[in-house]
Amino acid sequence: MIRSDFQAIAKWIAPNSQVLDLGCGDGSFLEYLQEQKPVHAYGVEIDDSRVLSCVHKGLNVIQQNLEGGLALFENDSFDTVVLSQTLQTIHQTEKILHEVVRVGKESIISFPNFGHWSHRLAVGLGHMPVSKSLPYQWYNTPNVRVLTVADFEKLASNLGLKVIDQCILHDGREVTLLPNLFGSLALFRISRA
Amino acid sequence: MSELHLSRNTIHFAEPLPLQSGAILAGYDLVIETYGKLNPEKSNAILICHALNASHHVAGPSPDDPEDIGWWDNMIGPGKPIDTDHFFVIGVNNLGSCFGSTGPMSLNPATGKPYGADFPVITVEDWVNTQARLADKLGIRKFAAVMGGSLGGMQAMAWSIQFPKRIEHCVVIASTPKLSAQNIAFNEVARNAILSDPDFHGGNYYAHNVIPKSGLKLARMVGHITYLSDDDMAEKFGRELQRPAGESDDYRFSFDVEFEVESYLRHQGEKFSKYFDANTYLLITRALDYFDPARRYEGSLQRALADVQAKFLVVSFTTDWRFPPNRSREIVQALLSNKSEVSYAEIDAPHGHDAFLLDDPRYHHLIRAYFDQMHEARR
Repeated sequence: MIRSDFQAIAKWIAPNSQVLDLGCGDGSFLEYLQEQKPVHAYGVEIDDSRVLSCVHKGLNVIQQNLEGGLALFENDSFDTVVLSQTLQTIHQTEKILHEVVRVGKESIISFPNFGHWSHRLAVGLGHMPVSKSLPYQWYNTPNVRVLTVADFEKLASNLGLKVIDQCILHDGREVTLLPNLFGSLALFRISRA
Repeated sequence: MSELHLSRNTIHFAEPLPLQSGAILAGYDLVIETYGKLNPEKSNAILICHALNASHHVAGPSPDDPEDIGWWDNMIGPGKPIDTDHFFVIGVNNLGSCFGSTGPMSLNPATGKPYGADFPVITVEDWVNTQARLADKLGIRKFAAVMGGSLGGMQAMAWSIQFPKRIEHCVVIASTPKLSAQNIAFNEVARNAILSDPDFHGGNYYAHNVIPKSGLKLARMVGHITYLSDDDMAEKFGRELQRPAGESDDYRFSFDVEFEVESYLRHQGEKFSKYFDANTYLLITRALDYFDPARRYEGSLQRALADVQAKFLVVSFTTDWRFPPNRSREIVQALLSNKSEVSYAEIDAPHGHDAFLLDDPRYHHLIRAYFDQMHEARR
């Protein structure tokens, strides 16, 4: 089962590019990407068992905590930096975004959209939302930052980031009508302004 | 369970060896042990490089003493993380060491006496040259992997630089691209202990039928401290007093062994001084000090590693303060800047530098995954 954002992210990555996948998990995306097109890639992951999975898959993986920044990586050293459904798990949001656009010529950020109508409804009814895109209870979620499409756009603008493209999904399909209300997964393609 | 297929051999090299120092060694022997079987293509060989005090005896029971189990037996053997059912593993005793390969204890053909102080200073790069000659003798054009921990990791790194085409994977564990001033300082204390022992006789103690035992013991004691973490020592010894059962825990107000940790260090030093050669200790600590592949590139490790073709696995341990994770990250950073293939794991193990010899499951699972993947990819 391929995560619905994989395909959309892969579309924005050119063949033969240098790719850095931050918070690469068990390496599923990089494995998928390398099946789609030739790229040279590294993953970054903190969790022992996920690092192990990446090594099992023969991927380049660097075990590191993203909260500490990306000191191992030089400016503009990657064509594309991917931060896929990881932004919401990082405390130092502004720092990681600065680091991502420093290291990548382009970056792709994806995150679950808290603004989806079902999430709004849940909160309206007095409960934190639990859904396909936010599948955790409030007490066991790894997410430490919840944000909406509109929130991200505002922060990107405040940080002087250029939004090259965006794609808001629900159930794997692109949402063009009121995406902040009907989209559950947001993808942004950004760079330094 | 399949067999280890251990075989031990002494291999003579008649061709003189030019050393980094400019000296030339006339001829020399290397003792090796091998495990598993070399495939017909000779493409499944893994070279294991040893650290300061180890030897060619990497795995299994020693052929001459079944009690003596190889120093990395938890890592290498049938069904182990480095599976000798798939790989042909070679352990080699380095030149200058004291376990059978030519070293300061060996007879100098020019004088008919042990080399002693006349044995030339050897560098990591010199070792790698001897290991490449060994590979030639065994008909191995390219190693599937060269692997080592600590000083052994330096040799693996040097392999990837000196013979980039002859090594497919480079596995560098608990190592560093160069010693820090603090690392050199500890080595200097150890060497000074040996050099100032009255039984050292300028390195020619063999002729006097003595060994600089107390110097060697002290050297090992100070070295040993750097192999353990503070937490590990606290856990193992704390402030426990060395007292026979039933005796009072009052201080004795003396300089004899009072604390458990003192007793442990003395025991380790004593044990070491019985089997290790003092001149070898000097040589090997100096090889550690001198290792600095970036030196000839104005300090740029990235440039030193520019020609690397091997795929790297770099592993560090969080509580290792001798070669802490930051030192491994320097290697990783240089490889990343060169866009070389590299994976890096930081194992949160409590055992300090020595962790690379122990069987922490996260560490062993990782090494197993890496070598299994290598084996699968080659089939």
